[in-house]
Amino acid sequence: MSTIKLTVNGKAVSAEVEDRTLLVNLLRDHLNLTGTHVGCDTSQCGACVVHIDGRAVKSCTTLVGQANGANVTTIEGIAKGDELHPMQAAFRDNHGLQCGYCTPGMIMSAIDIVHRHGGNLDEDTVRQELEGNICRCTGYHNIVKSVLDAAGRMKVAQAAE
Amino acid sequence: MGVEGIGASVVRKEDRRFTTGKGRYVDDVKLVGMTHAHFIRSPHAHAKVKGIDSSAALKMPGVVDVLVGQQLVDDKVGNLICGWAISSKDGSPMKMGAWPAMAPETVRFVGQAVAVVIAETKNQAKDAAEAVVVTYEELTAVPNIRAALAAGAPQLHPEAPGNVVYDWHIGDEAATKDAFGKAANVVSLDLTNNRLVPNAMEPRAALADYDEAEEHYTLYTTSQNPHVARLVLSAFYNIAPEHKLRVIAPDVGGGFGSKIFVYPEEMVALWASKKVRRPVKWTGDRSEAFLTDAHGRDHVSKAEMAFDKDNRILGLRVKTHANFGAYMSLFSSSVPTYLYATLLSGQYNIPTIYAEVMGVYTNTTPVDAYRGAGRPEASYLVERLMETAARQLKVDPAELRRKNFITQFPHQTPVIMAYDIGDFGASLDAAMKAIDYAGFPARKAKAKADGKLRGIGVSCYIEACGIAPSKAVGSLGAGVGLWESAEIRVNPVGTIEVLTGSHSHGQGHETTFAQLISERLGVPVSQVQIVHGDTDKVQFGMGTYGSRSIAVGGTAIVKAMEKVEAKAKKIAAHQLEASEGDIVIENGEFKVAGTDKSIALPMVALAAYTAHNLPDGMEPGLKETAFYDPTNFTFPAGCYICELEVDAGTGKTSFVNFVAADDFGRLINPMIVEGQVHGGLAQGIGQALLEAAVYDSNGQPVTASFMDYAMPRADDLPSFKLSHTTTLCPGNPLGVKGCGEAGAIGSSAAVINAITDAIGNNKLEMPATPDRVWHAIHG
Repeated sequence: MSTIKLTVNGKAVSAEVEDRTLLVNLLRDHLNLTGTHVGCDTSQCGACVVHIDGRAVKSCTTLVGQANGANVTTIEGIAKGDELHPMQAAFRDNHGLQCGYCTPGMIMSAIDIVHRHGGNLDEDTVRQELEGNICRCTGYHNIVKSVLDAAGRMKVAQAAE
Repeated sequence: MGVEGIGASVVRKEDRRFTTGKGRYVDDVKLVGMTHAHFIRSPHAHAKVKGIDSSAALKMPGVVDVLVGQQLVDDKVGNLICGWAISSKDGSPMKMGAWPAMAPETVRFVGQAVAVVIAETKNQAKDAAEAVVVTYEELTAVPNIRAALAAGAPQLHPEAPGNVVYDWHIGDEAATKDAFGKAANVVSLDLTNNRLVPNAMEPRAALADYDEAEEHYTLYTTSQNPHVARLVLSAFYNIAPEHKLRVIAPDVGGGFGSKIFVYPEEMVALWASKKVRRPVKWTGDRSEAFLTDAHGRDHVSKAEMAFDKDNRILGLRVKTHANFGAYMSLFSSSVPTYLYATLLSGQYNIPTIYAEVMGVYTNTTPVDAYRGAGRPEASYLVERLMETAARQLKVDPAELRRKNFITQFPHQTPVIMAYDIGDFGASLDAAMKAIDYAGFPARKAKAKADGKLRGIGVSCYIEACGIAPSKAVGSLGAGVGLWESAEIRVNPVGTIEVLTGSHSHGQGHETTFAQLISERLGVPVSQVQIVHGDTDKVQFGMGTYGSRSIAVGGTAIVKAMEKVEAKAKKIAAHQLEASEGDIVIENGEFKVAGTDKSIALPMVALAAYTAHNLPDGMEPGLKETAFYDPTNFTFPAGCYICELEVDAGTGKTSFVNFVAADDFGRLINPMIVEGQVHGGLAQGIGQALLEAAVYDSNGQPVTASFMDYAMPRADDLPSFKLSHTTTLCPGNPLGVKGCGEAGAIGSSAAVINAITDAIGNNKLEMPATPDRVWHAIHG
């Protein structure tokens, strides 16, 4: 057992966990942040993507020890109160989700994609960048649309700040 | 149409919770005192279970109990059932082997459960499972159809000699033989419809809670049809009677058919929760999904079509072998029979059809309905045959189809179905225009100059949806009726709850169904709550599959709404001192026609519940229910055309364009409908290019993870160009047909037709991987 200290969605968290505990289990089982999902056991599907210190990471293959002292953001931590993050709003407005299971991971990956590419995103780039997130419902058509839409919205939001 | 009524692309009500991580899936539910189950599964495809030693495991930390298959037998828990009786040609009933939820004696596929560990934590259950020693005596496995039917093949079940479940047929054998005798040309084709794994992104899960005081069970489960689950668990598995069992299917992360069925894990979790007197949760991992979720497709067929000298179809003859896996899953028997062979007429005038289907057991995961369920197999067969025929007869594939289209409706096919309406020429025209079919030869020539092989492929599909008229399916062997129910509660303040037996696991019912109410009663969708997925709340329901939710579930809502309106009009007339016949409903107001007198819906509702001033003899309240049984299937149809390029050097396929023209009747929410098509297309294209569940010669699955099974990723697919043509379904008041499965049904053939056109070799099976395509090009 180890004591882990980290920040999750802006709040300091301390937990006594087995060393083999995965970050996703800490989030779901200990912190009740069940928006982060597990869709596979081979680090392929990306339903579990969260941000560690601002970078998209698959929390199903991250030991909590690796996140010790880090700043973790989950799908529950990106809206500002009732105001959705531009990526969340874009997924909603473009019907970028159906069953919703892959959605949190998609959104967290997509935010990271926009951050890394800035405004220089096109359809091919988005499709290649989303290679690590699997969706079975949407055929990706509206997810790609959502990400491109959000890239524009995030640029506007950034300019306003 | 109001801004939120029929035809409006209303943004989905459910998306705030899904985009903020507030969805509530089964694994998100936690109960006080909850234990965790981990199943011990057979590593062998076929073996005798000689012994299970759990003594060491029972001593491990956190272990509550280890339960084995023999205890299910001792407690008289029933075996899994198949709910659709099919008879062979000779009239004999299908031959089924017993499927216990945990195998006490014999395992017949890799992944079949033999025992379960119940522990305080999931990790403790997994650790203890490693310490349970199961001794097996391996038997020779039957990994595929050919091996199952080989002389001297090992017998999986004593009840099914030769591993044959049934040898079924449909149509007129003699008339079809005559038609082939008169044919000017005969086109034949051997086809394999590859086995697929549904892979809903949420793995299956079950959380069972036994309440000792009430002798009552609650089951949270990943189900597309919680009432059907309750019925089956109660009536056949002897676990709990219906009034002592509540089944809740909360947010469910995709189904595609795989969550229709009641699985061993749900049965065991319920049974175990009483045994250990604590809640028991099981959440499958992806490996378990690959091993135990019912797979789809897996047909091997020979098809022949006879044409006269004018290229009109004279007859169709089909022989199909269907692989059921090791056991007969809940609706498996109906898939390669009444959901498949009844669609073999496609969009064409075919005077006579004869189809034979032999269903066989193999040592593989059970096979059942997967998106489209039988209809993709039929569509793939017919549309590859039409394309092959056009090439053999040296005519344009689109024009050969057009020449043979059914144009008069209703149309009785030779294989049961009576198509009610359609305009197949319109969807073919729309798709050809969208892809600039006429300009293709020039584009092909240019591509050739650039060193690329370019091809175009057409697929004109039809499906039978809105499943299904109860009397009709009953006469064909179904164990259940396939109606739907709805209840509408207008609350005293005028907000509305709609309780539906349909279940949404991605389809957006909370929005689409609310739009039906908004259209009729003028209330905003925000004031309408759609309630589903809980047997304690919803009166009954048959669930969601077979593109039935809008055509059957939606119509049930309309029928209940008509009753609400009738009563509300009586109340309004009484309040306004007018004649009931003069009341009209406009934008949420009950008006006296031709006057300025009106009363708003909330005031009518309040009057209904205060009951201070109702017409004499009227019961208080404003709540109505309806059970709606459709009179026919619905027949969505359309045309998909794919244009692509093949790199001859690598065999890799690249999409140039993919267009879809669908006729779903009236669209309630076009945005949601298009999303359904996108997803269906991705699954059909996945089947054509990427996906296949593969077993080795010992029955070991070699594609049991996302590392090995090629799921379509964002960079494997193109963006799609969709359009719609419309003939309103005459069979229901909404004029709707259903849209959930079309993409998966129609797209595979379009892709393979395009690749075979590009490479000039028709011998190509799905999935058309670069390796296969390269070999098809280079021999």
